[in-house]
Amino acid sequence: MELKSNAPLIDAQHPIATAWERHRFNMKLVNPANKRKYSVIVVGTGLAGASAAATLAELGYNIKAFCFQDSPRRAHSIAAQGGINAAKDYPGDGDSVFRLFYDTVKGGDYRSREANVYRLAQLSLNIIDQAVGQGVPLAREYGGLLSNRSFGGAQVSRTFYARGQTGQQLLLGAYQALARQIEANKVEMHVRTEMMDLIVIDGRARGIVSRNLVTGALEAHIADAVVLASGGYGNVYFLSTNAMASNGSAAWRAYRRGALFANPCYTQIHPTCIPVHGEHQSKLTLMSESLRNDGRVWVPKKAEDCGKNPNTIPEEDRDYYLERKYPSFGNLVPRDVASRNAKMVCDEGRGVGATKLGVYLDFSDAINRLGKHVVEERYGNLFEMYERITDEDPYKTPMRIFPAVHYTMGGLWVDYNLQSNIPGLFVLGEANFSDHGANRLGASALMQGLADGYFVIPYTLGHYLATATVDKALPKIAEDHEAVVATLDEVKARVDQLMSIGGSRTPDSFHKELGKIMWEHVGMGRTEAGLKTALELIPKLRAEFYKDLKVVGAAESLNITLEKAARVADFLELAELMARDALNRAESCGGHFREESQTEEGEAKRDDEQFSYVAAWAFKGADEAPELHKEALTFDHVKLTQRSYK
Amino acid sequence: MKITLHVWRQSDAKDKGHFEKYVHPNVSPDSSFLEMLDEVNEDLLSQNKEPIAFDNDCREGICGACGMVINGAPHGPQRLTTTCQLHMRKFKDGDEVWIEPWRAKAFPVIRDLIVDRGAMDRIIEAGGYISINTQNAQDANALPIPKPVADKAMDAATCIGCGACVAACPNAAAMLFTSAKVSHLGLLPQGQPERARRVGNMVAQMEAEGFGGCTNHGDCAEACPKGIGLEFIARMNRDFFGAMLKSPDHIPARWKRR
Amino acid sequence: MSKRNLAFYDTTIGKKAVMAVSGLILIGFIIGHMLGNLQIFMGADKLNAYAHLLHSMQGPLWGARLVIIAALIAHFWSAISLTLRNRAARPVQYQRKADLATTYAAKTMIFGGIILALFIVFHLAHLTLGEIGEFDPANVYANVVAGFQVQWIAGFYILAQAALALHLYHGAWSFLQTLGANHAKYNHLRKAFSIALALAVAVGNISIPVAVLSGFLK
Repeated sequence: MELKSNAPLIDAQHPIATAWERHRFNMKLVNPANKRKYSVIVVGTGLAGASAAATLAELGYNIKAFCFQDSPRRAHSIAAQGGINAAKDYPGDGDSVFRLFYDTVKGGDYRSREANVYRLAQLSLNIIDQAVGQGVPLAREYGGLLSNRSFGGAQVSRTFYARGQTGQQLLLGAYQALARQIEANKVEMHVRTEMMDLIVIDGRARGIVSRNLVTGALEAHIADAVVLASGGYGNVYFLSTNAMASNGSAAWRAYRRGALFANPCYTQIHPTCIPVHGEHQSKLTLMSESLRNDGRVWVPKKAEDCGKNPNTIPEEDRDYYLERKYPSFGNLVPRDVASRNAKMVCDEGRGVGATKLGVYLDFSDAINRLGKHVVEERYGNLFEMYERITDEDPYKTPMRIFPAVHYTMGGLWVDYNLQSNIPGLFVLGEANFSDHGANRLGASALMQGLADGYFVIPYTLGHYLATATVDKALPKIAEDHEAVVATLDEVKARVDQLMSIGGSRTPDSFHKELGKIMWEHVGMGRTEAGLKTALELIPKLRAEFYKDLKVVGAAESLNITLEKAARVADFLELAELMARDALNRAESCGGHFREESQTEEGEAKRDDEQFSYVAAWAFKGADEAPELHKEALTFDHVKLTQRSYK
Repeated sequence: MKITLHVWRQSDAKDKGHFEKYVHPNVSPDSSFLEMLDEVNEDLLSQNKEPIAFDNDCREGICGACGMVINGAPHGPQRLTTTCQLHMRKFKDGDEVWIEPWRAKAFPVIRDLIVDRGAMDRIIEAGGYISINTQNAQDANALPIPKPVADKAMDAATCIGCGACVAACPNAAAMLFTSAKVSHLGLLPQGQPERARRVGNMVAQMEAEGFGGCTNHGDCAEACPKGIGLEFIARMNRDFFGAMLKSPDHIPARWKRR
Repeated sequence: MSKRNLAFYDTTIGKKAVMAVSGLILIGFIIGHMLGNLQIFMGADKLNAYAHLLHSMQGPLWGARLVIIAALIAHFWSAISLTLRNRAARPVQYQRKADLATTYAAKTMIFGGIILALFIVFHLAHLTLGEIGEFDPANVYANVVAGFQVQWIAGFYILAQAALALHLYHGAWSFLQTLGANHAKYNHLRKAFSIALALAVAVGNISIPVAVLSGFLK
């Protein structure tokens, strides 16, 4: 299969700066009166889903939106803390659309599509305008203008924020826009409803099968197009900063129906999380990357100092290793670099805390320089959260932090229109693979989710519907269409299977075991041998799952064990694809660090000759190896270099 | 430490419900309250019993999904803390802990500790937004907003919609929740054109949902994990009186009932 | 016009506003009534002259009475209507319920209100209509002293005034809050105001039966 990005022509006469404008002009429109004849399903109501559903409804399309939470406002975008990037250059420090584009491609270690990223950088401007128009209370200066802060991977201040709750405020903005459309009867909202499968008819996405999480009812929903905005799959590691119910099932089910899964091995390990403290732990908590603006990362120079009270370790015995190794970026190196270095110092035996898996993030200098009240104003809520969880006061004792799985750059393959290889299936936000390459820069996830939902999909979806209508490719589908019935039956069979295994182990016990395999072998440092081990262990665990799973209660009711089991079942398959992709990619890039491929200084070493491509995997059957398709990546505007933050 | 739990169990909306007693003999003080419940659930599963159903998601105190009344206090004994951020070190060895769902006519129990908080979404749908379509916004800095005003709007906007205020209120009123959103948007210049209409519609919907009225106990603000204060209720009342004086049409004649 | 008021009063906020405004009128009356009564300490002639003066102005007296009666009805009505609604809003009670910020005064407003309603009936029967014990319409001073020399009557007055103080303690800051008077800079004054008002009314009103019981007033 040839993977066509469908990006507009970009050459000397057709500059990248006008690509999106030209593309928008070339796309077909649906006239206003016809829009209300179309129906669109949107799965997920995070930043991408809520903004897409609201905007499409504003345009006149009939939307059915789905979320598994009890309210669309609870999607995990809400937990994003630090901020959202935009090339507004309000501070006048030399930022521009091109610089944001450049930083993002470079930050992603040159594994993303230039045209997409350029568009993202352009749309970043509109997002801030839109959010402010909606009443999102972004931080301001005394003069009344918007405030910016700096973030990892950039040397300009381009991050807009709302205290440590930027994701919450942007999501509430999108949620409010969605609520307005629900009130206008343009969006039919299905809460506590999980997508169980994708309905594909004549090669086009035409609907989904959902499970009502309260009644257990399985239902088919038919539409003219399906938009997946179902988030990432970081929870495959069991412990991650994702929400408890975040899952990869919607994307995975689309993959099993033929959508390509791109770069599944690209996982972001976030450097500033509260370290693991015990077996009972259910999730990891992120401390915003913005803390690295004012906090200094260090470990003791000598391993024997690691058990000491950090306040008693003199300055000369501390190793501020990021400042030492990366003088120009210092503590603000990108996430992958910061995480890997934390792992390296801990591997050297210089980690701190009871588990020795932690490094200090120290605010004493900032408190001395700025005063406690300024630090409190900037990070007060994060400090409180830290204290609630660890029982330590970060104003007095340095925070202990350690990397944790946070975001997945991989996802369903999409073209420039955010359409997957299944016509009519669009994928937005973290669920797609598109813009972050092998590593996402801080404050870019919010930007991408909103760019996709507010500013890209309204055009590209319209183009699809207009074109497909001309092609007479969207006939009316009856509810008893054989493909609809067959998909429903398959979902029912899957639920029945999970209910009837009758084993002795809980879904959580499998999930924890899978997480350990993944963290050990497909985690921060990956080796060929380790990945091969994972590829042996995962299918074994999956076989065990289908022999020994225990689910109690009934399928026709609210059943939290069943919900969990279904998600874990899909993780058990997805994990294998991740390991396979990681094994295939014998280079290091961004969040994917193959220990065989590193520079003498231990930095990630890319292999552009062999791996400058998007690895898009096609499902070939439950027991068959997936097929690899490659989309070659070319770079005309960004110079490929060994990434250096020194 | 050993903790004895009395947990509200109710199989569905129709079931009468009852308390069941569970003993967790070995709770780590470092685990969160929900992690403690996770362990109780794993134990229940091992005995082929159905686990306790409770809403939770982010476990970072921001999504607003979790919430249960713990020993009579929504989200438990620690101030400014959601249930998921409450840690067991706040309890003592041998403690008895009573766990109940939010109790309000407007929040019917779905199962065990899970209640239906759709009423809060419907209050937002009634007017908790600024009516601006995508693509039409002017430059973000074209409208300077004094920092104190933006900060105050942000104070109100931090509401996570968990419903603890309703659970805590002796009257099961939703005034704090509604006033937070009314104030967030009403404070900002962008929110002025719809200010009167918004407060009228949102209050009307709040009333239609069957929440009680405010009698100024202040339990809501005390229970709020985000520290939203009574000043916003006073502010909403002012807005509401103003809206009523300006135009009689701001309360819809027929409230939306669902 | 009537349609607007109806819709307004349908809301709990509207009911609370009616409660607050009527409460404010009643507070005004309570203060005026107390100041008038305290003239008892200036001697029988002074108090009786004051009573005579009031009775000589039948028009304004009845005007004020009508306003007070209207305020009382509005206050009772909104209280009952709100209480019923609030009870209905929580059909299933908590097994355990902790008081987080509320006060004894706030929780007992409705009971305090009922005690005060009974007191008003008794008080009118006792000192306005003269249905209890000996009564001389021309000698208010004698009526008061004679009444309070009966221990149970004085006791009931003292109890009712304590209830009134508790009612005012919550009611005074509550009407400010309900009517929207909340500002971080001045909020400490609200509590101070309500405490001062409650104490002043309690001390002022209770001083009369105490003075009679102790023999200070004869």
